[in-house]
Amino acid sequence: MEVSNLTKRFGELVAVDHISFQIKKGELFGFLGPNGAGKTTTIRMLTGVIKPDEGTASIFGYDILREGLRSRQFMGIVPEMANAYVDLSAWNNLMLIGELYGVPKKERQERATKLLKEFGLYERRRHLVKGFSRGMKQKLLLCMALINEPQILFLDEPTSGLDVGSQRLIRDMIRELNKSGITVFLTTHNMEEANQLCDRIAIINQGKIAAIDSPEKLRMRSSELQSIEVSFDKTIGKDELSKIQGVKGVKKIGDKMRLYVDEPSVVLDRLIDFARSKKLKVITLNTLAPTLEDVFLKLVKES
Amino acid sequence: MKGYLYLEQFRRSLAILKKNIRIYYSKGPVVIFGLLVPFFLFLSFYIGRNIPAQALLPGLLGMTAFFTATSVGPAIVPWEARAKTLERLISSPISIWAIFLGDVLSSFLFGVVVSVFPVVVGIFMGVEVTNLWILGLGIILGTFCFASFSILLSAYPPTDTPASVMMLSSMIKLPLVFISGIFIPIEELPDWGKTISSISPLTYFTDLARYSIQGNSYYPVELDLIVLSAFAILFLVTAVKIHERTMQKRL
Repeated sequence: MEVSNLTKRFGELVAVDHISFQIKKGELFGFLGPNGAGKTTTIRMLTGVIKPDEGTASIFGYDILREGLRSRQFMGIVPEMANAYVDLSAWNNLMLIGELYGVPKKERQERATKLLKEFGLYERRRHLVKGFSRGMKQKLLLCMALINEPQILFLDEPTSGLDVGSQRLIRDMIRELNKSGITVFLTTHNMEEANQLCDRIAIINQGKIAAIDSPEKLRMRSSELQSIEVSFDKTIGKDELSKIQGVKGVKKIGDKMRLYVDEPSVVLDRLIDFARSKKLKVITLNTLAPTLEDVFLKLVKES
Repeated sequence: MKGYLYLEQFRRSLAILKKNIRIYYSKGPVVIFGLLVPFFLFLSFYIGRNIPAQALLPGLLGMTAFFTATSVGPAIVPWEARAKTLERLISSPISIWAIFLGDVLSSFLFGVVVSVFPVVVGIFMGVEVTNLWILGLGIILGTFCFASFSILLSAYPPTDTPASVMMLSSMIKLPLVFISGIFIPIEELPDWGKTISSISPLTYFTDLARYSIQGNSYYPVELDLIVLSAFAILFLVTAVKIHERTMQKRL
């Protein structure tokens, strides 16, 4: 997928501002950003729901504007803002979507049976969706997205508002689908989800992309966010710790103190000396790489 | 190749048709606006009057075909916009015209099936249908025309409130019934009445029904058929064009 200068305005607000990126075949690409950053608007443009004001994108070589029907034929979509038909049964929802993608009757029946069994909905297949829980509806939406055996899967906040068990099931399914060769475009505001699942992440804020890289490289990029977490047998003030050479900042986190440093190995020795000089007993001591959340907050702040 | 693509899109229209039949024909407004309102309106006009069944049937058929074929169409898009299912359809590989063709076909099918009932009941009551072919053709053309008209009713303004559209469509539909030769034959209308009735597609359907059942019509049969066809195409094309332009505002 190749996205070029994609832009969407709603009146004065520029919801998506000239974003460009590429996704390789088979990649699991995450779109990470706070609420209102432009994630859903981007996915809605890519899936043909709304038209961009500027720029375009192509999916498997088909332009989303000029060849919208063809480009959508390859997609499976789990939209955040759309629903299954609650007055239809789970089975009829799957048959409808299968027909809309031109899947022959026998195939769509076989695939629907397989998918409903995999997602634990087969016994409820004849029930109207209006009686389904949120988790069941989300699983059904994923089944609907897979009925046409898509080559690219768009998932807009797929685990949002689900219980832990359903979240894990859906994440495992996403991993499995990606392993089977399906390209995945995932939007989320959950750092851990992006960290666990994605090959690459684009961080978007106020309609602009702040960074695109693998989760590990994004963390490495913010070396100034490396830290040492320490706790002593006695309470020590932030002021005393911040006097240690090489410590750039100190934050109290629960009963521990987090020291932000550029070179953890050097500061570690000084910290031990400090403890000895104050006759303090070290209870816990950890060096921490920046979390994706740290990087995200830093990039969002900068952008 | 292009023909194949159109055929493929037409097949997807049939999926929309099936979905509409499963979902919408059991909804309250459909039953109320599609069946009960015309039935009671008709009863209130004819009860206590000594009108033979032969003269009664064309008007009843006109009311039935018109109200049933237009009962679902206006509500579908606002309903789906509100239920957030419209977005799922738009992101599927189906053209907007194919979605609306599916909506028209479901209204058409509902209209045809229900319109057959008064004809069958009339025949049992001793009504003689003088030209069954023209009646059949008239029902097909008329209900298709009214079904196309029904999606035009929801084209503007692009709202997601079904009640607003139903109210607006009733405001347009009810006056049409009174100017279309259902209660008063066209030849008995004053000149200004005849002029107004000529802009209503229901006039030509009722005229065809009178020809098929009573053996006389105000306009030539060929003209009725041509005008109904022209209205059907005009309504369908205009509705699709407006929906294409306003769709973004619904999503």
